[in-house]
Amino acid sequence: MSEASEVVRRPTHLPKPRGPLSERVVAALVDGRPLPERPAVLDEEDGAITLWTIDELSYRGFAEVDDDREWDPSVVRLRRQLEHDLEARLRARWPGRPAYDGGVGAFPDALFAEIEAHEGPSLARYVHTDATADQVLELLQLRSIYHLKESDPVAWVVPRLPVAARASLMELQYDEYGAGRPEQLHAALFAKGMAALGLDPTEHAYVDQVPLEVLEQNNAMSLFGLNRRLRGAALGHLAAFEATSSLPSRRMAQGLERLGLAEEMRAYYLEHVEADAVHEQLAARAICGSLLAEEPELEDDVWLGAFTCLDLEDRLAAHLLDRWGAA
Amino acid sequence: MRPDDVTGAVTRGEERSTPDVVVCPGGPLLIRGDHVVQDEDGVAHPTTRPVSAVCRCGKSATKPWCDGTHKAIPDKLRP
Repeated sequence: MSEASEVVRRPTHLPKPRGPLSERVVAALVDGRPLPERPAVLDEEDGAITLWTIDELSYRGFAEVDDDREWDPSVVRLRRQLEHDLEARLRARWPGRPAYDGGVGAFPDALFAEIEAHEGPSLARYVHTDATADQVLELLQLRSIYHLKESDPVAWVVPRLPVAARASLMELQYDEYGAGRPEQLHAALFAKGMAALGLDPTEHAYVDQVPLEVLEQNNAMSLFGLNRRLRGAALGHLAAFEATSSLPSRRMAQGLERLGLAEEMRAYYLEHVEADAVHEQLAARAICGSLLAEEPELEDDVWLGAFTCLDLEDRLAAHLLDRWGAA
Repeated sequence: MRPDDVTGAVTRGEERSTPDVVVCPGGPLLIRGDHVVQDEDGVAHPTTRPVSAVCRCGKSATKPWCDGTHKAIPDKLRP
């Protein structure tokens, strides 16, 4: 058995519906019937799990659903309607691009300054000093929805970029994907950590437990990745994600050590301390910098993506810390 | 610095050689490709990724590699 076996493709299972729309959609995906349109009244969580399920058809799919449904017109129609809702919500939350001198060439330093000034609740800080082992295991289960497909949403952006940004993004992605070594793929490192902790490393295993905030994080990344129009937001999200990873990953590793949790998961976070100290520079300077040099009209979208990354993480942190009585 | 100077990519039809070493303002030194970095104590550290970041602020806990600590120290102490 190879070390990478934890992420070898396996049949995965559809999520539990969270309302009338997802109930109809899950049933129709299995039966091969056309999907309904977005109803006039829709609960956010019902909409979010439905969009997540549809987006999943573009990643690894589901054992119970015919692969051909990905581009079924009724599936695409509902996906667009739900994506429209999500994008409108994300844009409504965005306060707009911060003021800075120097034009688009000053973007990288302006982004680092903005992130430094950003004060949000921090799950990593709580894990470092206070969280119980059960809370950390719960957090890792929620994180697994993304970490088991780490870097996949932004991979869709590659062929949509001008030359310099495309080359730079591939340089970063090559590292994320293990530089040719499957056992070093970041998603595989996380799967290995999960298995060592006695958690199920199968993709989607914990999707029924994740709150709306986690679904929105994942849906936003898929929205930005799947729509060429939103390539600026995808790369802005990437830059903010990388720039808020190194120091929190160190805190996560220290928290895992404090609790005596598996070395393999600590290794995943320690890898990110070092890798993301490189990636944050590449993402802000080489990738977003190159994109904006050639497509300066995408500046607002890059900031929208960066803000969305920070904002959705704040929402998840606030939700969890509140539930844990740690806010 | 113009962003295309950072990437050294081919832009506007000009041929540019991609820089192997890039100084990041206030941050690390990026080195592209396979290298062996010798630290202050003479210990050799081979690079393990396509691009590596070498600490310039002196405060990294994973020297010679950057761990992002430059962001946690006062502006005037940053490289």
